[in-house]
Amino acid sequence: MAKFIESVGRDTLKRLEYVGGLSIGMWTAVRALRVALPITGNRYRWKASIIQMFEMGVEAIPMVGLMALCSGFILAMQGGSELRRYGALSLVIDLVAIGFTREIGPLLTAIAVSGRSGSAISAEIGTMVVTEEIDTLKVMAFEPVEFVVAPKLLAAFIAIPCLTVVCNVCGIFAGWIYMFFSTHLGLKLYVHEVFDSLVLRDVVSGLIKSIAFAAIIVLVGCLEGFRVRGGPEAVGRSTTAAVVKSTFLVIVADMFFTAIFYFTGKH
Amino acid sequence: MSIISVRNLVAEYGGHRVLDGLNLDVEPGETMVLLGGSGAGKTTLLRNLLGLERPQSGSVVVKGVDITRCPPAELKRVRRSIGVSFQSAALFNSLTVEDNVALALREHTSLAPSIIELDVWLKLAAVGLADFGKLYPQELSGGMRKRASVARALALDPEILVFDEPSAGLDPIVAAELDELILLLKRAFQMTVVVVTHELASAFRIADRIAMLYKGSFLAVGTKEEIRASQDPHIRQFLDRVPDTVQPARMVEAFFRKYLTSREVTQ
Repeated sequence: MAKFIESVGRDTLKRLEYVGGLSIGMWTAVRALRVALPITGNRYRWKASIIQMFEMGVEAIPMVGLMALCSGFILAMQGGSELRRYGALSLVIDLVAIGFTREIGPLLTAIAVSGRSGSAISAEIGTMVVTEEIDTLKVMAFEPVEFVVAPKLLAAFIAIPCLTVVCNVCGIFAGWIYMFFSTHLGLKLYVHEVFDSLVLRDVVSGLIKSIAFAAIIVLVGCLEGFRVRGGPEAVGRSTTAAVVKSTFLVIVADMFFTAIFYFTGKH
Repeated sequence: MSIISVRNLVAEYGGHRVLDGLNLDVEPGETMVLLGGSGAGKTTLLRNLLGLERPQSGSVVVKGVDITRCPPAELKRVRRSIGVSFQSAALFNSLTVEDNVALALREHTSLAPSIIELDVWLKLAAVGLADFGKLYPQELSGGMRKRASVARALALDPEILVFDEPSAGLDPIVAAELDELILLLKRAFQMTVVVVTHELASAFRIADRIAMLYKGSFLAVGTKEEIRASQDPHIRQFLDRVPDTVQPARMVEAFFRKYLTSREVTQ
């Protein structure tokens, strides 16, 4: 029994330590963010952020788009099969539009990005730790956080919300495909219906979520990368941990954000 | 007045004392070789000299600044006068050799691009890589990568040049070339050179003075001749390449015989 309590305590402390590390990482990364800004910051960091934006955002468009088309179609079909029984097939439009902008868009994008870029970030930084590149940066009087983390964080803050918008558009478009085949609804009318059912709050709350997810993905990836000790096999472990932990934290954060928006919204 | 002075340096890892009250003075313009076997604490000492780790107690004064206690800005200032070539070369793989060398110049100085280009070429020429600036690190051989990292260490014209295991992983000819390069650079640029190594031949070729590290403390600090003439049993063991403990051949044989007979029985 004592052993059980002991292990629970030890695990709790470990988790708390991790969250603490993440908070400190967040603070230092946000403070370092200014060097990556255009004009006022360091132009090499800004260039690095643009490259990161391409890698994180532009290159992910085909994958995220296709995932959004599929899940939009799935959502419409599943919703349609039930709603049809009540003669409320037109509610599929609301379901897809609101479901995507508020929830599925940000979440799907975050999961795709954490798999693509979260792992890449931790692998890159982990390799830099193993090959002494981070130490080299330090002895060359650079700040590793400014050099490595800040451009990625800035890129994620810009690329992930944009990607979320792409995801929303694709998902809602898939809803139209379903509606077209089941009721011959024209695209123009469909778009009109979508804009009718959406309010600005839906879109903005989704984008706020996606910014929070961006921070989680980059910070977890970086933290896992910097915690690499030892050889190349540790890098492999860190990439797995980065994806698992960031996906987990994204969903937990999603719950909190949804709760906040739920309780502050009008019913 | 010595350029680096270490006083009562103590470093511990998880209760295990790696450095045990070291004292060392490096004079300007001399080549100090820190010689020792695996696990003697060479790397830890080096990391403390560069301010990459904070010791438990003691001080490391570089150019009059105690880098174990000074504020980060001061540490950065000191680090600009130190050039480091790490064991794994630690070149940034995403940058060409030229850009690796130019990095510190571009970001830490306000020199014109043409001047930087010229300076980079000079540094590359000094290490014999003038024609290889456009290549990426992964396209170079091990010896060339080491030399490129030396060129990068020279970028800001440091007063102190530090080498971590310069000949690790290199064949004897390339390692000897690197030794000659170190001697040449020292003559050309009048720098203080600190070399961490376990290679005897290399150490005796380049050193002005040698500090012999054994289990976290210095056995002797002196000129090559003094070290060579030393009668300390540990130094003699190292210089004469005597293995620590030799497993008696009979014991090994008996072990194998026992193992083989047990296999026969089970089969």
